[in-house]
Amino acid sequence: MIITLVDIALLTFMGATAFAILRLRSLFAVVMLSGVYSLLAASMFVALDAVDVAFTEAAVGAGISTVLMMATLALTGERERPSRHTPYVPLAVVLITGAALIYATFDMPPFGAADAPVNLHVAPRYLNDSFAEVGLPNVVTSVLASYRGYDTLGEVTVIFTAGVAVMLLLGGRKGDDAGIKNEPPEDDTGADDGGSAA
Amino acid sequence: MRHHRVLRIISKLLIPFIMLFALYVQFHGDFGPGGGFQAGVIFASAFILYGLIFGLENARKVAPPSVVTRLIAAGVLIYAGTGYAGLIGGANFLDYNVLGATPVAGQHLGILVIEFGVGTTVAAAMITIFFLFAGRER
Repeated sequence: MIITLVDIALLTFMGATAFAILRLRSLFAVVMLSGVYSLLAASMFVALDAVDVAFTEAAVGAGISTVLMMATLALTGERERPSRHTPYVPLAVVLITGAALIYATFDMPPFGAADAPVNLHVAPRYLNDSFAEVGLPNVVTSVLASYRGYDTLGEVTVIFTAGVAVMLLLGGRKGDDAGIKNEPPEDDTGADDGGSAA
Repeated sequence: MRHHRVLRIISKLLIPFIMLFALYVQFHGDFGPGGGFQAGVIFASAFILYGLIFGLENARKVAPPSVVTRLIAAGVLIYAGTGYAGLIGGANFLDYNVLGATPVAGQHLGILVIEFGVGTTVAAAMITIFFLFAGRER
């Protein structure tokens, strides 16, 4: 019962935050509100007993992303230009998609049902045997690092690729500890050197 | 932000504890929530806080971009290298059973090493991205 109330409160806050983000034109406020939204999402994950996901969401979504968005705001303007197109077609697309998704949830098993397909496939193996096979109390780590180690290697490669891509777009020359702020006019041509060096 | 005395002193006090917490999350991920991803982000946030308060130039002296950039690749290599270590030991790629005296000991060692690789890549990538975003003027 308490959990239901917490869920309703969190969802209400998330809806209000999303609506405020839509309506506001001050990008500074929008960045701060997206941080708030991420923190609410992290709280939602805690309510769903997914503490590892909540941890990541709080650290990445509410923490690092907000800082990076602020750094971006320092380079761009702080006001959003009012949009000129009419919102009716996007509104219709969103409403139809949302209705289809809600209609699809009627076919889903209840949340956390023991006989749901997702809980009958590999989950019993992980829960029953992972302590004997891997020996870790945190099953999430066993799945992430051992059973699904190949997927996690892919995720690390994604982070690696993201770092390389940002270096290609914004970075300077190889081994330049002073960074990229030395010669602003040559930023565009300098990207090629950094790319081949990396 | 050089004139914000409160911010400077508080962040000086907090940064060691942020890094300590990151190490706790890194090496305690086997037992509680956490792991390389979260630890890497927290560890990077200590450097980002330092850069925000004490200036980018000082942060670049603490974490030279040439070193941090190489650490991005080093983490992936540590991870993939652990996979090949299993291959050399006669098991499948990323099978840690052969890395220790017993399968469970091998799993423990393998997970510890790959989580370290994950943390290294994530922290280095986040620090690099912050340096590049914050260092871009105009």
